[in-house]
Amino acid sequence: MAVNFTLNGQPVSLDVDPDMPLLWAVRDEIGLTGSKFGCGMAQCGACTMHVDGEPVRSCSTPLSAVEGQSVTTIEGLQGKVAQAVQDAWVKHEVAQCGYCQSGQIMSAVALLSSNTQPSDDDINEAMQGNICRCATYVRIRSAIHDAAKTLRA
Amino acid sequence: MTEQSKFTLPEADRRRFLQGSAAAIAGLVIGFHWAPRGKAAAAAVTDGSIKPLGETMNAFIRISPDNTVTVLSKHLEMGQGTYTGLATIVAEELDADWSQIRTEGAPANAALYANSAFGTIQGTGGSTAIANSFEQLRRAGATARAMLVAAAAAEWKVPPGEITVSKGVVSHAASNRQATFGELAQAAARQMPPTDVTLKDPSEFTLIGKNVPRLDARPKSNGTAQFTLDVKQPGQLTAVLQRPPLFGAKVKRFDATKARAVPGVTHVVQIDNGVAVVAKNFWAASKGREALEIEWDDSAAEKRSTDEILAEYRTLAKTPGKPARKQGDVDAAFAKAAKVVEATYDFPYLAHAPMEPLDCVVRLTADGVEIWAGDQFQTVDQANAARILGIKPEQVKINTLFAGGSFGRRATVQSDYIVEGVQIAKAINGEAPVKLVWTREDDIRGGRYRPMYHHSLAAALDANGMIIGWRHRIVGQSIMAGTPLEPVMVKDGIDHTSVEGAANLPYDIPNMSVELHSTQAGVPVLWWRAVGSTHTAFATEVFLDEIAQATGQDPLTLRRRMLNRHPRHLGALDLAAEKAGWGKPLPAGRSRGIAVHESFNTYVAEVAEVSLQPDGSWRVEKVVAAVDCGIAINPNIITAQVEGGIGYGLTPVLYNGITLNKGAVEQSNFHDYEVLRIDRMPEVEVHIVPSNAAPTGIGEPGVPPLAPAVANALMAATRQKFRSLPLPSKITSA
Repeated sequence: MAVNFTLNGQPVSLDVDPDMPLLWAVRDEIGLTGSKFGCGMAQCGACTMHVDGEPVRSCSTPLSAVEGQSVTTIEGLQGKVAQAVQDAWVKHEVAQCGYCQSGQIMSAVALLSSNTQPSDDDINEAMQGNICRCATYVRIRSAIHDAAKTLRA
Repeated sequence: MTEQSKFTLPEADRRRFLQGSAAAIAGLVIGFHWAPRGKAAAAAVTDGSIKPLGETMNAFIRISPDNTVTVLSKHLEMGQGTYTGLATIVAEELDADWSQIRTEGAPANAALYANSAFGTIQGTGGSTAIANSFEQLRRAGATARAMLVAAAAAEWKVPPGEITVSKGVVSHAASNRQATFGELAQAAARQMPPTDVTLKDPSEFTLIGKNVPRLDARPKSNGTAQFTLDVKQPGQLTAVLQRPPLFGAKVKRFDATKARAVPGVTHVVQIDNGVAVVAKNFWAASKGREALEIEWDDSAAEKRSTDEILAEYRTLAKTPGKPARKQGDVDAAFAKAAKVVEATYDFPYLAHAPMEPLDCVVRLTADGVEIWAGDQFQTVDQANAARILGIKPEQVKINTLFAGGSFGRRATVQSDYIVEGVQIAKAINGEAPVKLVWTREDDIRGGRYRPMYHHSLAAALDANGMIIGWRHRIVGQSIMAGTPLEPVMVKDGIDHTSVEGAANLPYDIPNMSVELHSTQAGVPVLWWRAVGSTHTAFATEVFLDEIAQATGQDPLTLRRRMLNRHPRHLGALDLAAEKAGWGKPLPAGRSRGIAVHESFNTYVAEVAEVSLQPDGSWRVEKVVAAVDCGIAINPNIITAQVEGGIGYGLTPVLYNGITLNKGAVEQSNFHDYEVLRIDRMPEVEVHIVPSNAAPTGIGEPGVPPLAPAVANALMAATRQKFRSLPLPSKITSA
């Protein structure tokens, strides 16, 4: 039975194992590879996508769970929050190896979409599900504050 | 370096340079043919688009008609910023405009791209990328610049001496003519490289020392940066490998019936390291692996627990080891000591856990094999792949892509993950390109850890509290023993990587003995970001604070008194202390600790500020670092590397390492092998010591001083001893 959902604004119908995690369906079946595999058990956040606007760990979300829902990946990010976050990421040169950054950005966009004046504690809460082994956390924090400032201006 | 450096190229080298260019062209033509076929091709191009083949100026520089300059990086970009750093050096001497610079991974070709720090091997590690490339790339840039000038002079019929170059434009003021690099590239590529080139005086630098923007910042912020995991070759299959549950165990027999029944599974094959399930996608391969039934032969496996191994190490440390450093008369110093301080320190096995688990894509071709990987050890990987396939190393083509972190893990003498990928491709008769993916569990349980170590230290002090004798014994596995690098890296029974940072302790101590016991264990070990210094810095710098506390001395003063012959250690130490306000009062519940350590010829001092709560919980609030890495090519990247090094170094301070229970690894993923998250990341301040010395590395040296600085801060606050990592999460009163 095919699973039907919206991916980055486009309707998608996938007839694969409904237990296949959303991450692998999007990567292997659809070919969008911006979302990464890091742990396979919702521990690291490298696979973060938005489902109906909420950040979810796509490595641990079965494809069947997004039936009828709207999924956004890093490739489909748009709007002023996304722009502010991605520009701040470039300006602060957050990325080192860069592998986790799609997930970091998805979490940061979700945070700033509901809170344009996050405190350090708000940032900790929203971002602690996203591991960065290069430990770019200092710059993730400053980029989020900077993007928030842009959004408030 | 106040005078202009001048290089002369002997005739033989000129010929080699030209031949090198020819070989590079050949490599690039091949590269061009495969490029448009797969998305993976773009992986080597930092901005994600495929570039037209331009004119090859030399092995490192290609200039396209569209006026872009592509710098071929012989070093892997794994986050350390080397693509940007190496390109900066080229662009500086080329007088290019930064906006026209691109970078891509060089092909695997040790004749052109060897790391001179590794002899004849192409590879990245030991924080050597900038250090071994600085003069080479300056010369490459200056040579290409001279060829552009010569081409313009010939075309305009003017003396080359009247031509200037600035920001990618070649000009002749008197005749009011100018041309871009792209316009001149074709003619320039036909020029003979000059016999000598004049390099800039550092005072003339316009890019080096300035924070030119990272070339990979945008693609790494929009999901377009291509990693090995993202490679998709036509018809490609995905493989996962079931490895043994104990190190050293082998497959006795297996039943693949159920695995083969999983929809999407195409092959189940046995290779040296286990049983591989190959499928149309990762999920099917993964489900197929779960359905495998394997019986293991663990007769030769390591079955000890880490507690047992450590107990053996402690016993061993009571006996003399092989000398790594011997000076003066240590026994006499201890005999006449007014006071003796002793301590032992323990360090666990550590996994690297890069965010991108190990992976590679292997495609058998008519004339050899093509590999895609975040390859850190190209020459070694070529040799190991060639051996399996019975072909020549030059028939192994490697496309080096961005690596999603490594921290040393992707450079192994055995080429573990590359060998697995090649063996799987061979086992399925090259029917399809294969992507081998390690899961996080494979990574955490897969070995090649930072070795577990035990250190035993004793210091003989005179009546003034000065150290007159020092005995340091290190017990642990050798990283190099049993590898082809043993003859080079192990001298007189001493593996340099086990004792670095201890055998070369900089402090003025008249009588010293540093000894090593290299142990045997069935746990595969490997260099881990900063290698030996990850444990030697902690043992020596924490021990110094124990001595300071035992003798009532200020830790900074004690170090300063013993660093008279080491001005760069002293310079970093003083700068960190000054910027951190060492000695100035702190709010209640706060304390500071300091440590200084040289690794890979870079000198780093760090002051950690720690807060301690009444319930015994604590956190690192702030770290002030001072770093002397010679000429700072890109201060912003240096700062980022030290920030990241502090974060990487904080993980084993806060969280458990790898433990074995009867040989089985007890951890499996980030829930039980915890790593630093944003909420525990301290504020970081990085200060760079101004220097005109030759540039040295920055990928690793930020790591070692962090752990001892934190332990020393806690010691200052509590007067308790901290002699193993991780540190206790709560400090109970003694």
